[in-house]
Amino acid sequence: MIKALSAKEVANRVVDGNMFILDVRNEGDYKDWRIEGKGIKSINRPYFDLIDGVEEVLEDLPKEEVLVVCAKEGSSIMVAEMLDEAGVKDVYYLEGGMKSWSEYLMPVKLGDLKDGGSIYQFNRIGKGCLSYLVESNGEAAIIDSARTIEAYEDFAKENNLEIKHMIDTHLHADHISGGRKLAEKTGATYWLPPKDAKEVTFSFAKLEEGKDITIGNTKIEIQPLYTPGHTIGSTSMIVDGQFLLSGDILFVDSIGRPDLAGKAEDWVSDLRDSLYNKYNNLSKDLVVLPAHFGKISELDERGAVSAPLGELFEKNDGLNIKNEDEFRRAVTENLPPQPNAYQEIRQTNMGKIDPTNDEQREMEIGPNRCAITE
Amino acid sequence: MNITQTLDTKGLSCPMPIVKTKKAMDTLSSGDILEVLATDKGAVNDLSAWSKSSGHELLEHTEEDGVFKFYIQKG
Repeated sequence: MIKALSAKEVANRVVDGNMFILDVRNEGDYKDWRIEGKGIKSINRPYFDLIDGVEEVLEDLPKEEVLVVCAKEGSSIMVAEMLDEAGVKDVYYLEGGMKSWSEYLMPVKLGDLKDGGSIYQFNRIGKGCLSYLVESNGEAAIIDSARTIEAYEDFAKENNLEIKHMIDTHLHADHISGGRKLAEKTGATYWLPPKDAKEVTFSFAKLEEGKDITIGNTKIEIQPLYTPGHTIGSTSMIVDGQFLLSGDILFVDSIGRPDLAGKAEDWVSDLRDSLYNKYNNLSKDLVVLPAHFGKISELDERGAVSAPLGELFEKNDGLNIKNEDEFRRAVTENLPPQPNAYQEIRQTNMGKIDPTNDEQREMEIGPNRCAITE
Repeated sequence: MNITQTLDTKGLSCPMPIVKTKKAMDTLSSGDILEVLATDKGAVNDLSAWSKSSGHELLEHTEEDGVFKFYIQKG
């Protein structure tokens, strides 16, 4: 009997476990994007090469515990059943395939806030997207929400929280924001940096430096800090004087790319100023919480991604390019491919197009690719 | 184009379009052309990758009203 393994269970293995994966998608899809992790081994053999039998792949597989993965789930069930019949023990398939993997959000508590309340990171492991929930006294703010808002709704319900603020650090190009949708559903305020929102078709509150947002009746403050470069509106946020939500400006292993809105050359100096001046003037004790990670090795033992700002100024190559010309080349030349459907995703986030659920899911397939390096 | 056989996989999802295509192809002779109709989007990438790996040639594919048509010549 083959068994289904949920994206949640696979996430646990990725963070802190082992698994052997037989990925049966076609070679291009596998090379582009796959499940990775410290204890994860994987091989690729397209399902259409296994229709006549799995004998030839058996020698490359362990005798027990194999997870078969495909795009949606159908092919992985077919191949898993064949492996089971061929005598492999404990054969699993990924429930919902890579589509479910791409959407799963894992909440991790990052820490307590000074005046009560706490902050959580919702890690979308499959796509490398990180969003945040700050809560205090029954109120919550969500920053850089994923499209699949159910995870936040469930969390808010379980913890008796009223969602008051939905905030996006910038107009996203790699994923469809759930900010507007969840704000409409809950009556929360949807905050966007005005410079990124010039073409949006809906109303929003302006996320601007100097206009702090308070959560609960305690003093937990979200202080916006204008840090253009990835987009012209990109705004970082300091939460409770402890955490620096850096959006797509600064990542743990890399820095944000300035080209996804088509203005790479224009925004290079903004990006440099944000990183080398504005960030450099902040307390080095701030804990940087980015909107993405690139490699699974950035996850700590809890599955969270974070680093003190001071450490990044020592170790992050993107913060250590002395020469301005060299910096310009690093952020404009030889960039990785752009995120899948990034132009349509931007249009969707502006409210200009309204794709169906299936189309939205399809647009978001693949890694985030918002950094200058992969 | 002389189509030898048409296979309708509309409404079927992965892996069935390719499983059926492969079975149909096994009954054809080298040089024959199989027309495959499909509605599963995944079939686009998979049929081209499969054709390549099994020595057939995907001559062309079109899309009209959500229906994909593939013309594959047996190698």
